[in-house]
Amino acid sequence: MAELLERRAVISGIGQSAVGRRLGRTDLDLTVEAALAAIADAGLHRDDIDGLATYPGGGMGGAAFAGPTSPDVQDALRLRLNWHDGGGEGPGQIRAVFAACLAVAAGLARHVLVYRTVTESTSQGAGGRQGIAGAIGEGRGVPRFGGSFQWMLPYGAVSAANWLALVAQRRVHDYGLRRDQLAQIALNGRRNAALNPNAVYREPLSLEDYLGARMITTPLCLYDCDAPCDGSTAVIVSHVDYAPDAPKPACHVHAIGTALRGRPSWDQFDDMTTMSARDAAASMWARADLGPQDVDVAQLYDGFSILTMVWLEELGFCAKGESGAFVEGGSRIARSGSLPLNTSGGQLSGGRLHGFGLLHEACVQLRGEGGDRQVTGDPEVAVVANGGGPIAGSMLLTRGVG
Amino acid sequence: MLPRLDATNEFFWTSGADGVLRLQRCGACRRYAHPPVPRCPYCLEDALAPEAVSGRGRLHSFTVNHQQWIPGSDHYVVGLVTLEEQHDVRLMTNIVDCAEEDLAVDMAVEVVFEPVEDVWLPLFKPART
Repeated sequence: MAELLERRAVISGIGQSAVGRRLGRTDLDLTVEAALAAIADAGLHRDDIDGLATYPGGGMGGAAFAGPTSPDVQDALRLRLNWHDGGGEGPGQIRAVFAACLAVAAGLARHVLVYRTVTESTSQGAGGRQGIAGAIGEGRGVPRFGGSFQWMLPYGAVSAANWLALVAQRRVHDYGLRRDQLAQIALNGRRNAALNPNAVYREPLSLEDYLGARMITTPLCLYDCDAPCDGSTAVIVSHVDYAPDAPKPACHVHAIGTALRGRPSWDQFDDMTTMSARDAAASMWARADLGPQDVDVAQLYDGFSILTMVWLEELGFCAKGESGAFVEGGSRIARSGSLPLNTSGGQLSGGRLHGFGLLHEACVQLRGEGGDRQVTGDPEVAVVANGGGPIAGSMLLTRGVG
Repeated sequence: MLPRLDATNEFFWTSGADGVLRLQRCGACRRYAHPPVPRCPYCLEDALAPEAVSGRGRLHSFTVNHQQWIPGSDHYVVGLVTLEEQHDVRLMTNIVDCAEEDLAVDMAVEVVFEPVEDVWLPLFKPART
């Protein structure tokens, strides 16, 4: 195989702003906080940063979803950039990190600041979940939609919760998935969140609480849906040459998963029980010298619990259709289990940092900085998965050269 | 919330005016294409035209929505229907005239139309036996 250029990249620094519900701070304020933390963590100065990337930045969803644009962040930090990038289309939220890896590998930049910022909790205020309709705005008669939304919104399928409930219900039919199995993703997240001071929901959650919770859209209940929050996560993607000089252990990028071979659609994808996690995972393993058995800690997207179940299967931790049995009882995915999962609480309990919280936690665990929630055994290999439905990306990180 | 009509999708959203569901079909390779596109995405020939279909299909999956995303909205059933003519053509829709406890994956369904302003939304109900 030709040289895998992503292996020329490392994550040399990580940073996170305050994370919480209704912080009442602007997205730029949170982003600057996270960025400065990440730059310092990497042992760098603001003037060392010559690349900038985000997901999605301007032009996608409302401002509370998109975060500040890359020009806004560039200007706020007076960065002098050799390369810059932002956008919402690509292999999941983590696409911005992939772009940064390739920019570093190509020599377009040496240290890239990559960030993802959300202020959805402050934006929603007391209004609660509104789905796409809320993000787009109402009040001017019956809104009209073109593009892919026209096939879903007229039917009240206004949230990814609805679209992914269809995935879950098909799995109930095909594989006998049960709610007490699905619950394990939420319960595991909550147990881990109790040990994460930044998590938004830390009080204990029992199986009885889960089974008694109100339905959002069957079979998904309140605890199957992640929690909107405010927060910014930043990482510094540097050229691997910098790794020996970085003050913290560098997290080496071993392989990225970027494929999308099925139709890019919430309703037309050939296999509604997997969707694009299948393609992203397969393309990642095809580039890796490692296999699922080598993974020490997994940070798998849990915007909805069902997505984590899909990732567990498609990444090869269990066979297709067997994720329900795999997570049953919760011991396998606990911090002390064979596959510690979503060790910061994930998005279900940690807050919807939209993929980047999971990436941040993968680095925390590889560095051994997890404190009370650090998994034992000195983890060396982490997998991060972002997205679900027709939008997915994954990456393998290692402590030390792959 | 309604679709915004354009030259490519208008036939689909107004097809129910005479009670018939139509999909684009390629005159060259004979496959149905959905959602509507300017040119056949399979064989790439410029030979697509709307063609009537049976309106029968199977319920590939469904969800009973409980969350009030939109003020005033109530419980409703979002369904994903696979059409009889070609199994990789799916329509997201609402399932109507069906008790929630009778919903079942793979149940037979058939189209009905709900006119709203200038469009006819294809909905599905349990097929008559």
